[in-house]
Amino acid sequence: MIKIQQVGYTYETSEYKSIAIEMIDLHVEKGDFVAVIGHNGSGKSTLAKLINGILLPTEGNVFVAGMNTKDDKLIWEIRKTAGMVFQNPDNQIVATVVEEDVAFGPENLGLPQFMIRERVDSALAQVGMSEHMKKPPYLLSGGQKQRVAIAGILAMKPDCIVLDEPTAMLDPVGRKEVMETIEKLNRDENITVIHITHFMEEAIKAKRVVVIEEGKVIIDGTPNEVFKEVAKLQDMGLDVPQVTLMAYHLRNSGINIKEDILTVEEMVEEICQLL
Amino acid sequence: MSIIIENLSYIYDLGTPFETTALDNISINIDQGEFIGLIGHTGSGKSTLIQHMNGLIKPTEGKIIVNGVDITDKKIKLSEIRKKVGLVFQYPEYQLFEETVYKDIAFGPSNLNLSDSEIDKRVRYAMDIVNIDFNEYKDKSPFELSGGQKRRVAIAGVLAMEPEVLILDEPTAGLDPRGRDEILNQIKRLHSEKKITVILVSHSMEDIARLVDRIIVMHQGKIEIVGPKELVFRHAQRLEEIGLGLPQILYLVNALREKNIEIDSNAISFEAVKAELIRLVGVRND
Amino acid sequence: MIRDITIGQYYPSNSFIHQLDSRFKIMASFLFIISLFLVNDFYQYIPVVLFIVLTVKISKVPFKYILKGLKPILLILIFAFGINIFLTPGEIVFSIWILDITREGLYQAFFMMLRLIFLITGTSLLTLTTSPIMLTDGLERLLNPFKKIGLPAHELAMMMTIALRFIPTLLQETDKIMKAQMARGADFESGNIIKRAKSLIPLLVPLFISAFRRADELAMAMEARCYRGGENRTRLKVLAYTKKDIIGAIFVFLYISMIIIVKVYL
Repeated sequence: MIKIQQVGYTYETSEYKSIAIEMIDLHVEKGDFVAVIGHNGSGKSTLAKLINGILLPTEGNVFVAGMNTKDDKLIWEIRKTAGMVFQNPDNQIVATVVEEDVAFGPENLGLPQFMIRERVDSALAQVGMSEHMKKPPYLLSGGQKQRVAIAGILAMKPDCIVLDEPTAMLDPVGRKEVMETIEKLNRDENITVIHITHFMEEAIKAKRVVVIEEGKVIIDGTPNEVFKEVAKLQDMGLDVPQVTLMAYHLRNSGINIKEDILTVEEMVEEICQLL
Repeated sequence: MSIIIENLSYIYDLGTPFETTALDNISINIDQGEFIGLIGHTGSGKSTLIQHMNGLIKPTEGKIIVNGVDITDKKIKLSEIRKKVGLVFQYPEYQLFEETVYKDIAFGPSNLNLSDSEIDKRVRYAMDIVNIDFNEYKDKSPFELSGGQKRRVAIAGVLAMEPEVLILDEPTAGLDPRGRDEILNQIKRLHSEKKITVILVSHSMEDIARLVDRIIVMHQGKIEIVGPKELVFRHAQRLEEIGLGLPQILYLVNALREKNIEIDSNAISFEAVKAELIRLVGVRND
Repeated sequence: MIRDITIGQYYPSNSFIHQLDSRFKIMASFLFIISLFLVNDFYQYIPVVLFIVLTVKISKVPFKYILKGLKPILLILIFAFGINIFLTPGEIVFSIWILDITREGLYQAFFMMLRLIFLITGTSLLTLTTSPIMLTDGLERLLNPFKKIGLPAHELAMMMTIALRFIPTLLQETDKIMKAQMARGADFESGNIIKRAKSLIPLLVPLFISAFRRADELAMAMEARCYRGGENRTRLKVLAYTKKDIIGAIFVFLYISMIIIVKVYL
């Protein structure tokens, strides 16, 4: 689905030069759910923009469903295939009414009217916002606005959605709404998800976690594989879920407990066995 | 510096069809030097409450007495309130406007008509607390800094007013874990060294559990629960109902209790729970 | 605050006027404005009054809403009235100090006021009965023929839509920044004009920076959603003339004819 081949990206102006991505090699399969974590300035946002063709790699190539993002003629096809949701919900809603905003993408694709209607209705239903379709966006909560933004991407029928810290500006309720929506789309619609976040409780919901630091992939694996590297993650200034951290500390205190615990349930089970 | 809030109510658009009660008869006492956590779902009234404490909103009814002075009194000078109570808004970096870090931090103190040497002293003090090197950064433009640094400069802008009560509205929103820990540690240090009263608004129960002494839970403009954190976190079900929750570690504790495994009810912090688990498992293993 | 926003002032309803095509309504308003500059006699105002009263009635917009729209221009009205009443030469009716009031002046001032009131009423009826989207859409479609001479019709309409979309957001932001600076002791309310203007800097600088940042992010988000200008773009809601517009057209035609008849024969 997405092939990032030996990609490097350097921001360069006449005054300064900064390397955002040193070298990344990453393949994402159709239907996968990848969480990308790393602290601010690690290059994860740049990575997202490279997939959508907003930025073009200064080294290497990015392929979306076999299309090279450097190919001018394919750029709109690429953006349609790999949709992108940004951090600030306020700065990506274009229209003054919810349904009009969701229609923005399909309108740009030049679809016939009946098809736009169909896609707007089904996209709003998929994110659970049908009842708000006539509302102006400023009356919605943060989580609702972000779901509208997701619907706007869904209406273009993408194979893949790249979300660049979509929950960073939301409260816990909004975060939960958005996470449930993303999980549902991946599970039920087989949409490939690349979710950039620094909330670890969100990252553990993914099928695969990629840790980026200074423009390089440091760890790549299932959530269990990644989060057992507690010391490494903490060195990078990243969080691990509290139960994972607890298991790590208990092991260090000489208690024989599994090292790849991610959820409360797993931890309870482990402790009960030890008793 | 104590704060006494008596029967505080606030109604938006009083006398119009849009009338909405934002705060409904709130009474609370906060003692000098306390570290308070203020939690509640978006729209619960916490923002309205903290703006009252800074005199930005005048109550429809009720009083707020800060160290014996009624700040809702019409005759009181606003600059008097600002000297006592410092308020750091959400995403405070969006208020930066000066050419240099120094000038921006000096904006607050210079509004208090202090002497230049006093202002200089305060800017240095505030930069020290938020750990932004004075000589390296004072002449830089605040807009050249990283996100976390901007946030710290903005917080320093309030600290330089040397308030006796510091209120922070989600000071770590949008930061990565490293940026978050830096700011929280600085706030903690400030609280323990200067003995000022701190009110922290946060959505992160982990941060609340780690830092504060007492928690105020707001819901629909009313105070829902108030008390020491050990007691407040016992209301797991109610907290969930109103869109809040517990630190993950306490979900673990509750799940173990359901299996009739006994854990000290005062174990709230990560360290305390860890000690309990080691005690439990260790005892059985021997 | 957000509750006070009246810009675009759309009054939602399902009246006959609301259901008319926005292009028709824009053209009809245009004709109405022209007609106002044709009338210059008491009798000729009868069709105008009839037209306005009837349209307001059919639109189901309460009269008080329309009066509210006149409030902000009260000062202009008084000013226009004053200028006309004192500065028109003619037969002097009476004098105050060095100011002469003439019969022609009174006459002129009165009609000028009526004209302005009807002008505002007519145009605000357009915005009150047409949603912002329909309005920008209609405008874009009407301006389309002028593209050939280089008029960026789509871009103008898109700019209007985005402006309307961001007004509430920026108002909220203004409120927030103002409060944040007040918490740092900023004073927006006292002092002389220079001091007050200076005190706006801490508000305006962050507001501009934020607006630019928003514009930048929005542009990126629009591009990511395949926006590439107006070409080949389709619409969710396509404007289409209906029978109602024909009835509306007949109504407008009758109105214009009445004015001409009155003008020629009375």
